[in-house]
Amino acid sequence: MNVINNVRVAIRALRANMLRSSLTVLGIVIGVAAVVALLSIGRGATSNITEQVESMGTNLITISQGRSFRPGMGGASRSSSLMYKDYEAIQEKVEGINGISPYYSSQTQVSTTSRTTNYSVIGTLPAYLEVNNLEVETGRFITDTDNLERSRVVVIGQDVSDDLFEGLNPLGRTIKINNVSFEVIGVLASKGTSGIGSADSSVIIPIRTGYARIFGSMAVYNGNYTLSGITISAESKDFIDTIMYKVELVLRSQHKLGLNDDLGFTISSQEQMLSSLSDISNTMSAYLGAIAGISLLVGGIGIMNITLVSVTERTREIGLRKAVGAPQKAILFQFLVETMTLAVLGGVIGVILGSLIATIFTYLDLITAKVTFDVILLSFTSSALIGLFFGIYPAYQASKLKPIEALRYE
Amino acid sequence: MIEVKNVTKIYKVGDSEVHALDGVSLKIRDGEMVAIMGPSGSGKSTLMAILGCLDTPTSGDYLIDDKDTSKMKEDQLAHLRAHKVGFVFQQFNLLPRTSALENVMLPLTYDGTKAKERVERAKKALELVGLSDRLHHHPNQLSGGQQQRVAIARALVNEPSILLADEPTGNLDSKNGDEIMAIFQQLHREKHQTVVYVTHDMFIARHTERIIFLMDGKIVRDEAVKNPIKAGTKRPDEVLVNGNHNNNHKIIEVLQ
Ligand SMILES: Nc1ncnc2c1ncn2[C@@H]1O[C@H](COP(=O)(O)OP(=O)(O)OP(=O)(O)O)[C@@H](O)[C@H]1O
Ligand SMILES: [Mg+2]
Repeated sequence: MNVINNVRVAIRALRANMLRSSLTVLGIVIGVAAVVALLSIGRGATSNITEQVESMGTNLITISQGRSFRPGMGGASRSSSLMYKDYEAIQEKVEGINGISPYYSSQTQVSTTSRTTNYSVIGTLPAYLEVNNLEVETGRFITDTDNLERSRVVVIGQDVSDDLFEGLNPLGRTIKINNVSFEVIGVLASKGTSGIGSADSSVIIPIRTGYARIFGSMAVYNGNYTLSGITISAESKDFIDTIMYKVELVLRSQHKLGLNDDLGFTISSQEQMLSSLSDISNTMSAYLGAIAGISLLVGGIGIMNITLVSVTERTREIGLRKAVGAPQKAILFQFLVETMTLAVLGGVIGVILGSLIATIFTYLDLITAKVTFDVILLSFTSSALIGLFFGIYPAYQASKLKPIEALRYE
Repeated sequence: MIEVKNVTKIYKVGDSEVHALDGVSLKIRDGEMVAIMGPSGSGKSTLMAILGCLDTPTSGDYLIDDKDTSKMKEDQLAHLRAHKVGFVFQQFNLLPRTSALENVMLPLTYDGTKAKERVERAKKALELVGLSDRLHHHPNQLSGGQQQRVAIARALVNEPSILLADEPTGNLDSKNGDEIMAIFQQLHREKHQTVVYVTHDMFIARHTERIIFLMDGKIVRDEAVKNPIKAGTKRPDEVLVNGNHNNNHKIIEVLQ
């Protein structure tokens, strides 16, 4: 048996059945394109989220108001607030901290003479900049002096600047927060992220100014100032667990909680956040993958349909080829080459089409899709396998018939 | 030599059985030219399929050159079909959407002929059956008679030592039928090929040396032709006037 010869036979047979060949290719193209596009979008979303979290800073630990849910834990449940004093205690007692920044944030009306919008206004300390991995684009950040003097100064994010000043230089201009005038002293460099809590939409003031003029009684509990949260950056990754443990001890002693009492705060590391976020995006990828798998299956069924429809004629063809002396392996080889050609052709076109769709999605800014090699490989091989199975199996069945039976097949 | 020993072929259709062949035994020597006749449904095509190794008998043996085909593996049978046997089907069985030339080349694909040689030989075979001007026509662009001649060319192309033809002249007028007979007689005479064909036409049948009559799956008569007709001989007027088919039945009745 001569390989080139059989390839030639297969190509001749493909050409003799142009319509059927094209329909089979189309089925594979649709399946592969769907898989590549959907999986790329899933991958893109995953790495998007990861990048966003990582851009927040490194080795971060956040402490926030609110109970972490811990089933099975007994003990008294007491509601208590995160206090400014807690921040001072942590700063004093916990080692290995690179930067620590307490903050209080509240949704507040912010206006210029021409515009009024609601922003979450953050009262904090100078350390906020470094801990959150932010940079100042123009002007300066708040200083300790600003804080001690309760200066009415504000640093704004890029989006806020665009919103309120529409391209004018905001430095030295006045904005009103809750009808109190503030001078804009700096604008943060854009991080390219958007949404609630993003640096680009922040409005930052000294925390004491906030307590004194903006946040009001909401920020006071039992005569002491409260916090929305504390962000800590550890000196190194290795300290994170120790710091988290020590922070918990400090908080317990501050709030007079026993070891078995429910801690009213959530202490979490960036790593935990990353892993839970990537859990979410993995789930999403899995769903997209499932949809993609279904479309591949649909494509496969399309291929099967076309093969089955043509099986009558092809069975006669197989009968004839056997009658003129073709051994079974020559017939199988012919069909193998035929379906391989179709599967590879369909696979290549499908990969190109799917990548194109993913690129268009990215280009339109809908989602940043990532076309990766493993996605291409996965969709390509699965389509090839489906194509092979549905192409070869009926041919194999037919090649086992006696020539006369195959010739009479209806 | 080919030898059929007490062969039966039973088709099961639902609950009933059709005995298409019912204890057929016969020997055909190398280089013999034989016609098989018999009414429709008597089992001629069934017998031809077994002779061509396209089908296997329900019981009995079929030997080619003293080798029992029932003991052969599928690949050995394929080898026989590729090298030893040429077959003309009653229904032509040409590949659709494929040119006459490529149809005729098909057997050469599987018998080890070199690619270059195939085209030449296929062209020669088509020339022999008078279709040099239809090389690139697809079957649906050919008349019934032309399709039949493509099928004959395909059976001839690998110069099989046994040529089996199931009603090779059924769709041809007397002139074309005569040309086919000339080809068959030439192969028989010059290349000593064994030629076996089925026909309903006594005049065509008498171009051979021996006629076998089948009836209800049994051989009812097997006799030598005294003066084989030479291809090119004019058909006697009465046969032409009466038409082939009716006449055959008369002949068969007479023979019985
Ligand atoms: N695949 C099959 N299944 C069932 N019965 C069959 C099959 N093939 C043939 N037969 C039956 O076997 C008998 C012989 O058929 P065969 O085709 O050999 O006849 P024939 O002599 O060639 O007839 P014709 O002159 O019409 O071609 C018929 O009665 C036919 O109905
Ligand atoms: Mg018949």
